[in-house]
Amino acid sequence: MGCIENLKYEMILPLGASFKECREYAEKNFKEVWYVDPGYKLFDEYIIGLPPIALGIEDGKKIIFPYTKPCHGTYLLAVEDADEVERVRKTARKKK
Amino acid sequence: MTDTSQPPTNALIVLGCPEAPAQQALAFHVAYNLKKRGTDVLIAGNPSVLNLLKVSDPEKHYVTATMVLEKCIAEVVEKKRDCDLCVVFAHNDAAIAYAATMRYLLPERRLVVIIFGKDPGPLADEVNFPCEKIVDKAVHNPMQLRAKINEVFGWAVSRT
Repeated sequence: MGCIENLKYEMILPLGASFKECREYAEKNFKEVWYVDPGYKLFDEYIIGLPPIALGIEDGKKIIFPYTKPCHGTYLLAVEDADEVERVRKTARKKK
Repeated sequence: MTDTSQPPTNALIVLGCPEAPAQQALAFHVAYNLKKRGTDVLIAGNPSVLNLLKVSDPEKHYVTATMVLEKCIAEVVEKKRDCDLCVVFAHNDAAIAYAATMRYLLPERRLVVIIFGKDPGPLADEVNFPCEKIVDKAVHNPMQLRAKINEVFGWAVSRT
């Protein structure tokens, strides 16, 4: 991973999860869900995936997001960053 | 949409994980055929896949330009890079995510997704965005998939 690798992250779904599994997990397990499109910048990385990409927010300070690597599949990661949570709330689309 | 009656001016080939050997041979095949028709080709992939190409083609007969995938995605997002044709090699779920990203970022460009591996059918079913799909069971032997690629691009069939 790029700079995301340097963040203190928690792995919600491990290596090898499909992109669809990550989206469904985020939608089912977090009360606050936002959607973005591929190319959305999160933690200075462009997020890739099948649009719409679901992001979960937990306790108002933790972002749950998919991160894809060519050889490993998609990880669902959680990173605590209240400022980035606020940026997502201002720039992403809320789940209806 | 990109005019497909003329050879593209520039093409972007996106490679997936190099664990299926057929990918490398077919990447050379696609790059070579595009290059000999006058297309500028950039190949993007992770460092391992790019190193495999560089070691196999030290004098750059087939592959002249390469870029790490994350940088390439960044340049496309930032509109610093464009192409007439994008070819994505996909043999796992991650590569489909990259193909979907290229579709979203380059909505008007010709996108060809080459889906291969031991069981490409379920993977191909995940591709529900607009593109041309080339699907074949190929891991080690590239020949049948090469024939399908030639057919889609209208390249003369080689008997070698």
